Amino acid sequence: MILGIDFPPITHLTAWPDIWFADTPFAINKTVLIFVASVLITFFFFFIAGRQRRLVPTGVQGLAESSIDFVRESIILETMGPDGLGYLPFLVTMFFFVFFINIFEIIPLVQFPGNARIAVPLFLALLVWFMFNIVGIARQGFFGYVKNSVIPPGVPKVILPLLVFIEFISVFIVRPFSLAIRLFANMLAGHLILVTFAILSAAIWGSAIYFKIGALFPFALLVALMAFEILVSALQAFIFTILTGVYIGLSMHPEH
Amino acid sequence: MLDPVMLAAQGAGELQSGLTAIGRGIVYGGAAIGPGIGIGLVVGNAITAMARQPEAAGTVRTTMFLGIAFTEALALFGFVLSFIISG
Repeated sequence: MILGIDFPPITHLTAWPDIWFADTPFAINKTVLIFVASVLITFFFFFIAGRQRRLVPTGVQGLAESSIDFVRESIILETMGPDGLGYLPFLVTMFFFVFFINIFEIIPLVQFPGNARIAVPLFLALLVWFMFNIVGIARQGFFGYVKNSVIPPGVPKVILPLLVFIEFISVFIVRPFSLAIRLFANMLAGHLILVTFAILSAAIWGSAIYFKIGALFPFALLVALMAFEILVSALQAFIFTILTGVYIGLSMHPEH
Repeated sequence: MLDPVMLAAQGAGELQSGLTAIGRGIVYGGAAIGPGIGIGLVVGNAITAMARQPEAAGTVRTTMFLGIAFTEALALFGFVLSFIISG
C-alpha cells in the first residue's frame, strides 16, 4: 500500500500464468507467445519484402530496404568498417527481433515487453559473447586475442598487473552481463512506470465523483510516457545492435 | 489478547520489511547519482560538439548514444539490485 493505492507486487506484473503445457519445461505463457510472434513477424517482414524485388521499392520493401540501409550506414560502417558487412544479416535480424519484442509494450491488449523477462536478453548477450570471442580468436589467434583484450596499449608497466585484472573482468564478464541487464532493466523499468501511472489513473477515477477530474493528470502523463516508450523500444534495440557491432569490431581490429 | 511473544515477532517482521524498503531506496538512489552526472556530461559535451560542428552531428549522436548506454548500465545494475534485495 502506497498512499492508499494497492500496488501489486512485481511478480504479478511480470509473471504470467501458463496457457498450455502447464508445469512442464515447455510451458507456454504470454511471454513465450510474444517471443514466437516476434520471430514470425521478423521472418515474414523480410520474406514479404524480398518476395518480388522491384527497382523502385514501395511499401514493405521500401521499409525493409531503408532499415537495412540504416543498419549498414550507422551501425556497421561506424563500428566495424567495410569488412564487417558480412555481419549485416545477423545485425539486421537481431535489431528487428529485439525491436518487435520491445514494441509489444505499447500494443493494446498485449502491453508487456517480452524483454522485461531476462531470458531472451541473456540468451542474445551470451550469443554475442560467443560471437565476439570466436571472431577474435579466429582473427588474432588465441593468445594474441587475449593479450590484445586485457592489455590496453600504452600503459606503464607498474600498474599493468592491476589493469590486466580489471580489463579481464570488464571484457569477459561485465560485457555480456551489462548487455543483458541494460535491455532487460530498461524494458522492465518502462513497464513498471506505465503500470504505475495506469494504476494511479484507475484509482483516482474510481474515487469520489468530484475527484474524478484529478485522473486527467496521470492519464495525460500515461499517454506521454507511452510515446516515450516507443522511443525507448527503438533506442534499446539500436543500442543492443550497435554494442554488438562495437564488440565484434573490437575483436576484428584491436587497438594498437 | 496481547501475547508479548507474538507482538515481538510481528514487530520484528515489520521492522525487517521496513528496513528492506529503506535499503532498496538507498541502493537505487545511490546507484543513480553517478550515472546521472555522467549522462549529463556525455549529452552536454555532445551538444557542444554538435553546435560547433553541425556536419559531424550524425557521428556525434551515434557516439553519444553509445556513451549513454555505457553510463546508464551502472544505474540499471542498481535498479536490478534493488529488486534482488529481499527481506
